[in-house]
Amino acid sequence: MTPGAGLDIARSRCFSLLSHVDHGKSTLADRILELCGAVDARSMREQFLDSMDLERERGITIKAQNVRLTWRDFVLHLIDTPGHVDFGYEVSRSLAACEGAVLLVDASQGIEAQTLANCYAALEADLTIVAVLNKIDLPQAEPDRRADEIERVLGIPAPDVLRISAKTGQGVPELLDAVVDRIPAPTGDPDAPLQGLLFDSYYDPYRGVVSSVRVFNGTLTTGARLRYLQAGATHEAEEVGVRTPDPTPVAALGPGEVGYLIAGIKDVGEARVGETVTGAAHPGAPLAGYRDPKPMVFCGLYPVVGDEYADLRDALEKLRLNDSSFTYEPETSGALGFGFRCGFLGLLHMEIIRERLEREYDLSLVATSPNVEYRAVRVDGAVEMVDNPSAMPPPSELETIEEPYVTVTILTPTDYVGPLMDLAQARRGEQTKLEYLAEDRVELVYALPLAEIVVDFFDQLKSRTRGYASLDYEPAGYRPADLVKVEVLLNGVPVDAFSTIVHRQEAQDYARRMTVRLRELIPRQLFDVPIQAAVGGRIIARETVKAKRKDVLAKCYGGDVTRKRKLLERQKEGKRRMKQIGRVEVPQEAFVAALRLDES
Amino acid sequence: MPSSTDAGRRDLGVYVHIPFCAIRCDYCDFATWTDRGGLVDAYVDACVTDLRGRVAAGELTPASSVFFGGGTPSLLAPDALVRILDEIPRRAAAEVTVECNPDSVDGPKLRAYARAGVNRCSFGVQSMQPHVLAALGRTHDPANVTRAVAAARDAGIENLNLDLIYGAHGESRADWDATLEAALALDPPHVSAYALTVEPPTPLGRRVAAGTSPGPDDDDQAAKYERADEVLGGSGRPWYEVSNWARPGHECRHHLLYWAQGDYVGIGCAAHAHRPGVRSWNVRAPERYLERIAAGRSPEAGRETLDPATRADEALGLALRTRAGASVPAAAAAEAAALEAAGLLAGRAERVALTRRGRLLATEVTVRLLAAATPTVSTSVAVGTR
Repeated sequence: MTPGAGLDIARSRCFSLLSHVDHGKSTLADRILELCGAVDARSMREQFLDSMDLERERGITIKAQNVRLTWRDFVLHLIDTPGHVDFGYEVSRSLAACEGAVLLVDASQGIEAQTLANCYAALEADLTIVAVLNKIDLPQAEPDRRADEIERVLGIPAPDVLRISAKTGQGVPELLDAVVDRIPAPTGDPDAPLQGLLFDSYYDPYRGVVSSVRVFNGTLTTGARLRYLQAGATHEAEEVGVRTPDPTPVAALGPGEVGYLIAGIKDVGEARVGETVTGAAHPGAPLAGYRDPKPMVFCGLYPVVGDEYADLRDALEKLRLNDSSFTYEPETSGALGFGFRCGFLGLLHMEIIRERLEREYDLSLVATSPNVEYRAVRVDGAVEMVDNPSAMPPPSELETIEEPYVTVTILTPTDYVGPLMDLAQARRGEQTKLEYLAEDRVELVYALPLAEIVVDFFDQLKSRTRGYASLDYEPAGYRPADLVKVEVLLNGVPVDAFSTIVHRQEAQDYARRMTVRLRELIPRQLFDVPIQAAVGGRIIARETVKAKRKDVLAKCYGGDVTRKRKLLERQKEGKRRMKQIGRVEVPQEAFVAALRLDES
Repeated sequence: MPSSTDAGRRDLGVYVHIPFCAIRCDYCDFATWTDRGGLVDAYVDACVTDLRGRVAAGELTPASSVFFGGGTPSLLAPDALVRILDEIPRRAAAEVTVECNPDSVDGPKLRAYARAGVNRCSFGVQSMQPHVLAALGRTHDPANVTRAVAAARDAGIENLNLDLIYGAHGESRADWDATLEAALALDPPHVSAYALTVEPPTPLGRRVAAGTSPGPDDDDQAAKYERADEVLGGSGRPWYEVSNWARPGHECRHHLLYWAQGDYVGIGCAAHAHRPGVRSWNVRAPERYLERIAAGRSPEAGRETLDPATRADEALGLALRTRAGASVPAAAAAEAAALEAAGLLAGRAERVALTRRGRLLATEVTVRLLAAATPTVSTSVAVGTR
């Protein structure tokens, strides 16, 4: 069948693979591509799945990918989705490009939090779900029990649940037949005005932005003038093609087809996920569901060495060509110098960006503790969004502070319900649901402040349940809370990098921890230096760096003169690099060390 | 061969390095060896050859001071030391010092030194408390110090120094007081007191790095320094350099050269030399020194030439260690005033000297003055703003 030319829409299927981490999605994708004769599995992996080093190392998918396959006399468009809660919006756009989804569940582990989240997302997108139990070749597989669980929890009849082994290939042809039989064919009018959904974009240094596109109505033709409705820009379709998975240019893509689009765009911010492309001459209506990416977690990123500031700025600019979902703006810190306040979709996203900056751009960075974006309601009723704790107005000017909440869904074996309830309670969680999905499996739902899960909630969850519990979350609005800004003062001068916003009950703990740590890291000065932590001007913790009493070389004779002079020259240079916080001189390394400790 | 025509000439010191010791102290990182006894005669010959060559080349005008350091110069048999000393042209009133281990000197040896022209002895006493000596890896009996000092006086050498070290592990304040008291009981005109310093490539340094031995405590050493200054200064021996106290007129002339950027020649391995603007040093190992001299080559291993700005910085750092103090560059006047207000400097007009507290912080004070004297674009950032 010639791609893109006269495709019979009734013989097209668009679907994605949904699964919890490690339930075998990549292996199944390998088998499907083999069965459809697309490529050998190895080169396919390089081209199709997990294309970034980081993705492969972490076993997660960050970018959506797609491939066009032939099964019997049908054309299958397989769309891979990002596999992490940070990318929920991206997942929703990938699903919007499909009519159905294969929901993969490990036959021994059963339903996990991400399975639930994926299933709900697919149902929300009106997709037909083909449920599949994988790894039935393993001795610990309990397919009957897991099929019952799927019926009870997800409402999919147990007899409809397919059983496969992606590893051996058993049941995979039947699965592809079920995709063809159960998932509806796309609908759409090839003569209507063009409506194409962009569900992924990446930056290629040679071609510019390459977008993944699903055509709903009309025809996307090479050379056509296109209107990007959200960006409000017009571009020419330089190349339209399909991935088999080798990129193959085609003359046009019609309704029910998925492919790629290159339109001479230099910045992925101009071709965002969720964008609608249409014809410039006869524009169609925008597709529903577009959202501007909204950062949830923020931190300051600073070069460890001050003169790498320009390099960091260049690296951020380049990285943003490829990922328009993080934000950055310059900021200045008394302790850390010049850097950027950056916003991310979530913690993982933050780690990925930071790791890419360090790895791909050879930078050494220090990050301030991650924080969320607060709503500061002033006494006069004015509302201010605050993404940097040091910018929080003083308590006297504030009516209240509101913080973002998330709905957290946890699936756990029954044994760990107690420890998890303790954890959630310690993080100010409010339980909204506790349901036995099976006699040994519980679903817990909590309303939790996002700030409470950004630091180490996931690690804690894993360590308290020996890795058995799973987690998913979604934003749930803002709520007022008894929050305070803790300031750290060095000799009476606030050190911005250590300002934080915490619940009043945690203020004392943070204050004590940070003052002790700084006392250990700040070198002794010529005078006693008080290190204080304060809430609204009231000191709640104090340590003192005692004045330095001795700094002198005992001996200075013939052979010592050169050594002494070099020492003095080094210290003189060091003095110039010192951060001056009021009268106190602190090497930047001390601040960096304090923040690094905070991460561990 | 003392000369008597030295009036009005620039001072010149000769340092002779004797790199041999009976045992090595745990804290010592000097160029010294305990297993090179077989080299001693050849080494003395090489020093003699080196000196003759320099005299012949006109490099060695009559010296105002000679200093035998080590190592343990007093391990040398009297005739060996005499052979070297005889080759050094000296002025009539030249100061000639030998560093002595109290264990390795006796009456006959010291009398022979005195006959050859030695007129000053510096004894490595370190401590008068046996357990502190043991902690330093020293073996001598404090009673040997008393005997050695008496033997020196017997030999007519009145100009004596006692070297002390404070801050060893296990040395209490009372131990230090006792050492100071016992040292003063010997009535030395000159006392040096050094804070024990941990040098990485020493047994002590390795123990501290490995965490098996605690390093000296700054506050403890500061308290002991203040105590030493009180006791020694109060005994009529005011400080004249950070770690040196002497009765007026008994300051070590050779060492004063170092702090005044004076000229000195280095003989032997690892010896350093200075001529205006040029610092140089000899090869470190005795074998290399012997090879160079035998081959008729210079023993110099390296040198650096200092530009005027660096020399000025160096002069400030050295002079500040002395009681005479240093003149402050105009650009650093405000910093000097701040340091004076902080009680670290004292002085009038542009000439300042360190106070007792300032001496303990000499490095910090010097760095501040140097940084202030060399203005640069500030990299500091305003605080509390975004």
